[in-house]
Amino acid sequence: MNYSKEHIRYLKRLRGKKAGITAGRIAVVIVFFGLWEALTALGALDSFITSSPSRMAVKLAELFTTGDLLYHMGITLAETVLSFALATGIGMLAAIILWWFETARKILEPHLVILNALPKIALGPVIIIWVGAGTSAIIVMALLISLIITIINTLQGFLSVDEGKLRLFKTMKASKFQTLTKLILPASIPNIIAVLKVNVGLCWVGTIMGEYLVSKAGLGYLIIYGGTIFDLDIVMTATVVLCVLAAVMYYLVVAAEKLISKKFKFDV
Amino acid sequence: MEDLITFDKVCLTYHTKESETPVLSDITFSVGKGELVGLVGPSGCGKTTILSLISGIIKPTSGVVLTGGLPPEKCDISGYMLQKDELLPWRTNMGNILLGAEIKKLDRQKTREKAQALLKKYDLAGVEKHYPSQLSGGMRQRVALIRTLVLAPQIILLDEPFSALDFQTRLQVVGDVYNMLREEGMTAVFVTHDINEAISMCNRVAVLSSKPCRIKKMVDISEFNGIPPSERRLKSRFLELYDEILTTMQNDTE
Repeated sequence: MNYSKEHIRYLKRLRGKKAGITAGRIAVVIVFFGLWEALTALGALDSFITSSPSRMAVKLAELFTTGDLLYHMGITLAETVLSFALATGIGMLAAIILWWFETARKILEPHLVILNALPKIALGPVIIIWVGAGTSAIIVMALLISLIITIINTLQGFLSVDEGKLRLFKTMKASKFQTLTKLILPASIPNIIAVLKVNVGLCWVGTIMGEYLVSKAGLGYLIIYGGTIFDLDIVMTATVVLCVLAAVMYYLVVAAEKLISKKFKFDV
Repeated sequence: MEDLITFDKVCLTYHTKESETPVLSDITFSVGKGELVGLVGPSGCGKTTILSLISGIIKPTSGVVLTGGLPPEKCDISGYMLQKDELLPWRTNMGNILLGAEIKKLDRQKTREKAQALLKKYDLAGVEKHYPSQLSGGMRQRVALIRTLVLAPQIILLDEPFSALDFQTRLQVVGDVYNMLREEGMTAVFVTHDINEAISMCNRVAVLSSKPCRIKKMVDISEFNGIPPSERRLKSRFLELYDEILTTMQNDTE
């Protein structure tokens, strides 16, 4: 490339800045865990109450060798992915139905808003009684938390499709189904992806809350169990593992977003 | 001359919770085959409503609208060109042009061939695989017109199709669209609030009143038939016609 000296300097500065930011991000993690470790080693923090990175590493290795870690991780992951898929699928379908039937939408709108405002954890005991203390209760909990907001946000996206484009479809005498598949759905893709991003987080919340309630298996169970026997190493280790899993899942959605946006020519 | 569009004592009233608004009152006019008729009037006077009636999206409260001798909702012979190009960003230009054909379930291959020919004819060859975002405003508007033309409508309805373009592009696209309409032998109704544009493109211009809309005057400019827009603007009669239309628009007492 034939760049001017000035431009090369600019590019260098830009790269330098980017590297600095990445290094800074890593440093935050190192400082956080380093301080934690140092303070517990010096006795400023009681590692019985706060645990410590080194004790967590030992616990992680122990949980891994006994197979407990993978077992509980697997269960939580499966529950989260399943509820995410269900919430997205059912939510989209419901949004499409409500878009299609205007009267039904108008009737149900206030109810959806109220349901959304309700703290779903309040329904915990009811869920346990109705569907039993098992995996299904956890899925139902996660669905309750994520489904309503999925419907509301997706529908909002459907209804905000550009008026001019709707008129274009009207002048072409497009059927309602054609308007849905050729205009509403593709135009809503950026919005749907935004909904998915929120959904990932909500499904984690729902799953862990469900596991607290049901208390049989999973990372949520592990945290509650560790708390009950006052083993903070288990609690902290399970929390960090949870953190990593949630981050991985979020970035998978972000990667999917980049791919889809490129295919459909939407700006990210 | 055979009339392709006829309005006979057409009235239309919009109902809202607050009030009942008469939009059109006693509109009677006709458009012959191959004619280009302009509708000018104050904004919000109901110009677009007249196009909606011709395309059959809405029905009149009273009176009769006929296109090709039939009620518009029974015969699909009009194509619509909107204010903005409304090209779908996720479709290629060809995908956009074929949208109407897909919706009307026409033969895809035939439509594609026709679209290729039109693109080539109007200097757009090679853009079919590109996306609308890669085109200039003027090119986008021409792609939008091809999207309309490819459905072979007998009537084209233009709803201020140039108002979203900057001045220079606008002059050029007015010329382009005029040529395209003339070459395809289209009958067109052209809504605008720009008197210059109306005189540079049309055979006749209907001057409309503010709401409830009626035709104040039908100004005949057939003397300019066959003269392209850029040359019309240089004629001395142009200013006289401009003045005649403007005075009619401003005169509220008649």
